[in-house]
Amino acid sequence: MGVPAELRYTQEHEWIAIDGGTATIGITDYATQALGDVVYVSLPTVGAAVTAGEPCGEVESTKSVSDLYSPVDGEVTEVNEELDDDPGLINAEPYGLGWMFRVRVTGGAPAPTDLLSPAEYEALTKSAG
Amino acid sequence: MIPTVRDTPLRAVHERLGATMTEFAGWLMPLRYGSETSEHNAVRTAAALFDLSHMGEIAVTGPDAGAALDYAVCGWPSALAVGRARYTMLCAPDGGILDDLIIYRQAAERFLVVANAANADVVLGELTARCAAAVVTDESAGTGLISIQGPDASGLLAPLTDLPLAGLRYYAGGYGTVAGRPAWIARTGYTGEDGFEIFCAPADCEPVWDALTATVPGGLPAAGLAARDTLRLEAGMPLYGNELGPDVTPYEAGLGRVVRFDKPGDFVGREALAARAAEGPRATLIGLRAGSRRVPRHGYPVLSGTERAGVVTSGAPSPTLGVPIAMAYLEPGTTGPFGIDIRGRAEPAEQTELPFYDRRK
Repeated sequence: MGVPAELRYTQEHEWIAIDGGTATIGITDYATQALGDVVYVSLPTVGAAVTAGEPCGEVESTKSVSDLYSPVDGEVTEVNEELDDDPGLINAEPYGLGWMFRVRVTGGAPAPTDLLSPAEYEALTKSAG
Repeated sequence: MIPTVRDTPLRAVHERLGATMTEFAGWLMPLRYGSETSEHNAVRTAAALFDLSHMGEIAVTGPDAGAALDYAVCGWPSALAVGRARYTMLCAPDGGILDDLIIYRQAAERFLVVANAANADVVLGELTARCAAAVVTDESAGTGLISIQGPDASGLLAPLTDLPLAGLRYYAGGYGTVAGRPAWIARTGYTGEDGFEIFCAPADCEPVWDALTATVPGGLPAAGLAARDTLRLEAGMPLYGNELGPDVTPYEAGLGRVVRFDKPGDFVGREALAARAAEGPRATLIGLRAGSRRVPRHGYPVLSGTERAGVVTSGAPSPTLGVPIAMAYLEPGTTGPFGIDIRGRAEPAEQTELPFYDRRK
């Protein structure tokens, strides 16, 4: 199960890629395997303010629905509109075409202590069984 | 007592296929092998294999087996011809549903009762108590169950069995062999498609599964419980614990036809069921088609206007229809337009006839 080394992770099984002051966010391979086929994702609107640790959307799969959280404070600058027509991209390429939304991070960078390293995330998924 | 999770005879096969396993009714079962949507679509368009070895199998035998079952369940098993099957229910004295069953008449003096895994012990206990004039035997541990479902099922199974499938009607079965292994082969299922259920010895499950898998180049796909649930929901088939339970009678579920007052003799629940038939059901099971892409789930409130009017019993994104669908119990006399309270936000939903999907249309 993939846990790319260049990303950071959250307890909610999301990944975050930080490039300058912008964070790109999606859900992990582990999350997609636990959810099964994603059939619909409700994303925040561009321009919306998001708060770290608070729900900003929903991920619907065949068997369940999960909240989507923002891992950082900031303003949504872009959402992946392809997912509206093809939510299967999330299962097929969770770290690539299945990305979900981008946030301009308040203060330019997230507090690094709030995010998990790849090794820490891998340990989390192993302990979850 | 330490609860143990049981393995089906096909555990190793599921592991080899990389299945995501889940605990279901005390059994470790395949939830999905890959994409549950692909598994669902395979059943609708071609065929797929299911391991249903968790189901309970109980034999009721002896010269008085038919009459004993007539008393025990609300259907009329003694009227079945040998080789035919019927969907029926086991009810409590108050008319509440203890389980829904398929009963096969395998011989003049032998009936096979197939119960839901979660209710197998209850059914065994009730049949043992109610069928004193017959021999009731728990055959679950000695029986594996493999199902092949889909429009191609007949064509794929036929070369592997000595039972002539062309003459086998829906809800009929016969003894034969599959891949040389003895089996009871029945044209039944829980998907809304043509298909067969193959009851065989646990030790024969793997060779039968492998032979069926090898019927198509690249392997006949396997389907897990996730696909089984969306398939039965599209077909409008109730699931015990969702649409059926001890707090409803067959009338609420729209299945009053399973109650056979025309059979001779008394049966458990007769008085209560007759009263409910006369007074009318206390709730109505309906189909709903969601007007948004948010998915109604078990337990979500159904709204009539802004008032709560019922509850969703099962809901899922329908792969065949491309929209979320649900079954729900409505209070009698409720009228639309309907909505569903999906996590605090009302979403529109349209009442639709059941089933959502009918292969003959």
